[in-house]
Amino acid sequence: MFGKLTLDAIPYHEPIVMVTLAAVLLGGLAMLAALTKFRLWGYLWKEWFTSVDHKKIGIMYIIVALVMLLRGFADALMMRLQQATAAADSAGYLPPHHFDQVFTAHGVIMIFFVAMPLITGLMNLVVPLQIGARDVAYPFLNSLSFWLFLSGVFLVMVSLFVGDFAATGWLAYPPLSGLDYSPTVGVDYYIWALQLSGLGTTLSGINFIVTIMKMRTPGMTLMKMPVFTWTALVTNILIVAAFPILTVTLALLTADRYLGMHFFTNDLGGNAMMYVNLIWIWGHPEVYILVLPCFGAYSEIVATFSKKPLFGYKSMVYATSAIGVLSFLVWLHHFFTMGSGANVNAFFGIMTMIISVPTGAKLFNWLFTMYRGRVEMTVPMLWTIGFMVTFVVGGVTGVLMAVPGADFVLHNSVFLIAHFHNVIIGGVVFGCLAAINYWFPKAFGFRLNEAWGKASFWCWLVGFYVAFVPLYILGLKGMTRRMNHYANPDWQPYLIVAAIGAAIIAAGIFCILVQFYVSVRDRKKLTDPSGDPWGGRTLEWSISSPAPFYNFATLPQVRELDQFWEDKQNGVAYVQPAKYEDIHMPRNTGVGVVMGAFGTVLGFALVWHIWWMAAIGLLGMIASFIVRAYDRDVDYWVPAAEVERIERSRHAQLKQFQTTQVAPVAAPQRQKVA
Amino acid sequence: MSSPAVSATHGALDGVSHGGDAHHHDDGSKTLLGFWIYLMSDCLIFSGLFATFAVLANATAGGPTGKELFELPYVLGETMLLLISSVTFGMAMLAMHAGKKNQLLAWLAVTFVFGAGFIGMEVHEFAKLIADGAGPSRSAFLSSYFTLVGTHGLHVTCGLIWLVVMMDQMRRYGLTDATRRRLSCLSLFWHFLDIVWICVFTFVYLRGAI
Amino acid sequence: MSAHPSSHDAAHHDAAHGSTKSYLIGFVLSVVLTLASFGVVMSGKVPHELMMPGIIVFGVAQLIVQLVYFLHMGTSPSQRGNLAIMLFTLLILAIVVVGSLWVLHNMNVNMMHPTSQMVPVE
Repeated sequence: MFGKLTLDAIPYHEPIVMVTLAAVLLGGLAMLAALTKFRLWGYLWKEWFTSVDHKKIGIMYIIVALVMLLRGFADALMMRLQQATAAADSAGYLPPHHFDQVFTAHGVIMIFFVAMPLITGLMNLVVPLQIGARDVAYPFLNSLSFWLFLSGVFLVMVSLFVGDFAATGWLAYPPLSGLDYSPTVGVDYYIWALQLSGLGTTLSGINFIVTIMKMRTPGMTLMKMPVFTWTALVTNILIVAAFPILTVTLALLTADRYLGMHFFTNDLGGNAMMYVNLIWIWGHPEVYILVLPCFGAYSEIVATFSKKPLFGYKSMVYATSAIGVLSFLVWLHHFFTMGSGANVNAFFGIMTMIISVPTGAKLFNWLFTMYRGRVEMTVPMLWTIGFMVTFVVGGVTGVLMAVPGADFVLHNSVFLIAHFHNVIIGGVVFGCLAAINYWFPKAFGFRLNEAWGKASFWCWLVGFYVAFVPLYILGLKGMTRRMNHYANPDWQPYLIVAAIGAAIIAAGIFCILVQFYVSVRDRKKLTDPSGDPWGGRTLEWSISSPAPFYNFATLPQVRELDQFWEDKQNGVAYVQPAKYEDIHMPRNTGVGVVMGAFGTVLGFALVWHIWWMAAIGLLGMIASFIVRAYDRDVDYWVPAAEVERIERSRHAQLKQFQTTQVAPVAAPQRQKVA
Repeated sequence: MSSPAVSATHGALDGVSHGGDAHHHDDGSKTLLGFWIYLMSDCLIFSGLFATFAVLANATAGGPTGKELFELPYVLGETMLLLISSVTFGMAMLAMHAGKKNQLLAWLAVTFVFGAGFIGMEVHEFAKLIADGAGPSRSAFLSSYFTLVGTHGLHVTCGLIWLVVMMDQMRRYGLTDATRRRLSCLSLFWHFLDIVWICVFTFVYLRGAI
Repeated sequence: MSAHPSSHDAAHHDAAHGSTKSYLIGFVLSVVLTLASFGVVMSGKVPHELMMPGIIVFGVAQLIVQLVYFLHMGTSPSQRGNLAIMLFTLLILAIVVVGSLWVLHNMNVNMMHPTSQMVPVE
């Protein structure tokens, strides 16, 4: 009846898990009670869950990502604590099987359920506003993508309390992840969580390519597109090109585990290295999928806060595109030691070194943008400068490992761990935090508190170096990754320092949470009446904060790059049109939520081999999609009078704000905060 | 990165036609572009399966090889069914553009019959292989064979379900913008599957039989 | 909310529909090429070393025939975008297939993987 699922699946004997479960249940109950007490269910359902508004979907992605950041970071703290204590005679506090699940969950969560949704969320929030569009190309599909992603999140979280999670490392290499060596449901949770969220990612990739190709405002040719949109375009092309490979790879592993096939098994002709090969064909572009939009965000931030146009816009575009293609030609550097021989290794080593060239070009562009600019040291700018320094260190250690000979020494050591955290924290995490600080006013209508933002930046920056420099050293000393215990007591002092570094990063995360709290509390004081708090250059700053649901009352005409900046210089920004027109908008729909729910049922049932339930989940998904195809009431018109009313009050607010300002709007000054 | 650059003029042209046109229709070109991109991502799913098949083609683990298993006349029959269904779908599209609803429905029904015939033959072929002890768990070669050919078959099956839904929608709503748009997407899907099949019979069956 | 297909696009759409004649040409060519492909292997009259090049040539020819006559691929402005996207896809496809074969073949040979024992080692 319930497949492999019995009450024994709940890990009663693991006190750490049980305490967490109790906390989650109590916290969850308290939240549900609060939502019911304040009668927020209707509001959440109508305004958020069923929303097809790209801005709200973007915000939901980012909120989920931040929650998952806490989970993934808790895993990181557990690992640092274990390694700081488990030297020589001490076994530490985590049993090996649990430790293995912790490092797997940490990697999976941080990449798929923190970094990816942060990127997708930012693109959702910003791209349509930057290109002067009123929504994405397929608003319903966008909502569906989010709910599929959420069902992946849900499966990962459930695996903590029901059954177990994969204990294989974040890419689940066979034969370890095959049925012979991982007989429990852990790998199955991994597979289905990734397949569901990966489907969502592919769909939103298609959605954004079409949005950017087809929905730009009049006059915005490709070479007049803001850089962030450019990086988003390339990232989404990479998503659509790379994620199908992940889908195939996981499907083949599934066939091995569920249907007794022999793709990656040790016997009957299976070849485990084919899995490694395939998953890195996806895996390397994935790295660039994450970092390219962050490069875009840094570019916008550097230009805005240096009060100068971005240096080398065209070279930025070409560098981004070059990285996009080259990222498909370097995958083997993840397994130089596999034994493909000198010719293959030399080719991929050289390609890896080549891909660092366009990345280096970008760094010089950012530096030259700052050069002789009036640089304002705001929070987003601090993150950007911190990124430039940190990312160069990470890039250099990367090129070092691109030499196959050196890689044979460093492969699978903690030197590698330090390297990729160096680029992912320094590049992606810093970038997303910079972007959140930068675009927050556009989403919510008020800025984030600067003092707490700066505190979080310094904690992260210092904490990062304290945590990972010891790992570089340990890697050179020969410590391999994923050890839950080590015999060499000389390593322990370094690992204690690394644990202290992790604690400093924890303080940085705490500061971010306080920053959100303080900013919401002081939202009146931090309000952004002009819609242009930083003296921005791109179209999203020309509309009110928060952006109206239809984004643009009239579609802006673009003649130059940074059209809004030009308009401000010429004193023609904020001109009210003589007459407004009706606006066509997509209607909210709950089908995305329903399909996500059926997807969750499907995934959970497949994990536990509950076939009747899997059939319900699958048929439910297909049926709700078909029902949606028969729904012909999918859009509506906003009357011109309604648009005019909203825009009038916006312009009244703007006038009031302008008269209280010393400087004219043509050259706006940043508001001094805190 | 050729794709964005080449389409630059295209995007700019579209941009000009923006603006507050009072009678808004759903933009068919947007849907078709999106669907085309989806097909290309599907194409890459097949690229992963073909790569795996190519790598594992000799990994028969002492079991039967393709040369011993494949019956080429039977595969030729399957190929012909799929090819005929492709051209009948083309006729259906011509009927749609001519606005002839009944003719359209008739051609779609014929397409369905040939598509279902293809699936029937494939299921029969699989059943026979499994009965002969050459099932997907016999060797890595057979795993990759069943997965590649089966994934194509699964796509055709999805196409058949979609075909039924579209016939019903055509009957109910007639030739509206939405139904035309969807049928155009399905047409792309159907022809795309025929193209994948060319690669299947060339690189799986014929190459295996050499 | 967005672009209504302009008359410019619509004009090209008609050209892209094909006609009964073009579908029939495509069909006949496809049938001939299919028979040619199968004939290369089944007839027993083609030398063994020419079989593989033969089926690849006929297969690729049929791919192009179907792309042109059934999917209406071409270089007209309305198709150029789709063509570019397809060429990019083919590039990635080639990287995936050729790259995997190259990498895995070398590994099989160097590591003496069991499957490599069945193919002639260079």
